[in-house]
Amino acid sequence: MSTDRSWNDRKMDIFIGDLLRAGVLSSALVVLVGAIIYLVGNGRSPADYRLFHSEPSDFRTVRGVLRDAIALRGRGIIQLGLLLLIATPVARVAFSIFGFAREHDHLYAIVAAIVLLILVYALVFS
Amino acid sequence: MNVLEFSLIVWAGSLIAGFLGALTGLGGGVVLVPMLTLLLGVDIRYAIGASLVSVIATSSGAAAAYVKEGFSNIRIGMFLEVATTIGALVGATLATHVSGGAIATIFGLVLIGSAYLSRKPRSKEEREAPQDPLATKLRLNGSFPDAEGLREYNVQHVPAGWSLMFVAGALSGLLGIGSGAMKVLAMDRAMKIPFKVSTTTSNFMIGVTAAASAGIYFSRGYIDPALSMPVMLGVLGGSLLGTRVLVKAETKWLRRVFSLVIVALGIEMLYKGLSGKI
Repeated sequence: MSTDRSWNDRKMDIFIGDLLRAGVLSSALVVLVGAIIYLVGNGRSPADYRLFHSEPSDFRTVRGVLRDAIALRGRGIIQLGLLLLIATPVARVAFSIFGFAREHDHLYAIVAAIVLLILVYALVFS
Repeated sequence: MNVLEFSLIVWAGSLIAGFLGALTGLGGGVVLVPMLTLLLGVDIRYAIGASLVSVIATSSGAAAAYVKEGFSNIRIGMFLEVATTIGALVGATLATHVSGGAIATIFGLVLIGSAYLSRKPRSKEEREAPQDPLATKLRLNGSFPDAEGLREYNVQHVPAGWSLMFVAGALSGLLGIGSGAMKVLAMDRAMKIPFKVSTTTSNFMIGVTAAASAGIYFSRGYIDPALSMPVMLGVLGGSLLGTRVLVKAETKWLRRVFSLVIVALGIEMLYKGLSGKI
């Protein structure tokens, strides 16, 4: 029984590890594409982040980011990659629910579901 | 300075931030925020947004390796994430009612004190502590790869650890950064979890804590794509390098690096608290 349990845990570790890697690599790739487009177009303009002027709505809403990314604007594509990056840990928690349920570890399926609920609450109601 | 030069400098600094972050379980904010604000004159709000991006990138990038190699304990991480995420929500709600400066000052002093404690290796009796009934019931005990093969460990003082994790979450909600340090300390000091498991499990958890507050910062316009781009790419590269070093490093050295970094974080917090820049 105990060897069976640790084998299942091993499988879960590898599954979660692969999921995180896929999320991080795909978001890095998107950011890199955006970075090249942005730097080719704006690389020589002066850099200034001394003053905070909030981002234009294009970079503050999911819809605005998607619109800019589809138009192949560099910064829109970067922001899309950053959204994918933010989604990665959330996806990790969501998939853990299924992973633990398949392992028949109901206690931890519930624990993961609670964490996901709190996360979604924080993301939606903030 | 033009955008290309600026991006290259930020990228190089982020490489170091990611390396230290993955090695210590603290995320990259400790290095990144002072570098951006003090050296490059970036507004603190953009720096916090970039630091949030760096925490998620370090956490996910390094955790992929740590989980697969059997260092991070997923059950410990999940169980404690309940405490940190609730704590983060409570902290964010309290943020408008309490003085951030006072909290930052206290937190800074706590960190400097803990730096001394966390240098000391654990005694043999502590390392071979018997199983705790609650930890066994919650299936928190585990094993991790050591120089002589797999080493088993028994988690202690679960309620104390859980409460400290709640405080860690509340602090990150209140101050914006610094939750990784409390997480490592809670696991290492209170729960007697082996140091490498503590730092890698903290690393596994900080991405979730950061994602919880990412929504607010994103919609407030703190996350600037042009600034976050070199941060994310640099931090990711650094964190992958950090994972390779941690796997082989001796715990003694990791404890030294950790305590140095939290002294730096403690000073940062004291500076923020006393100067009122929070």
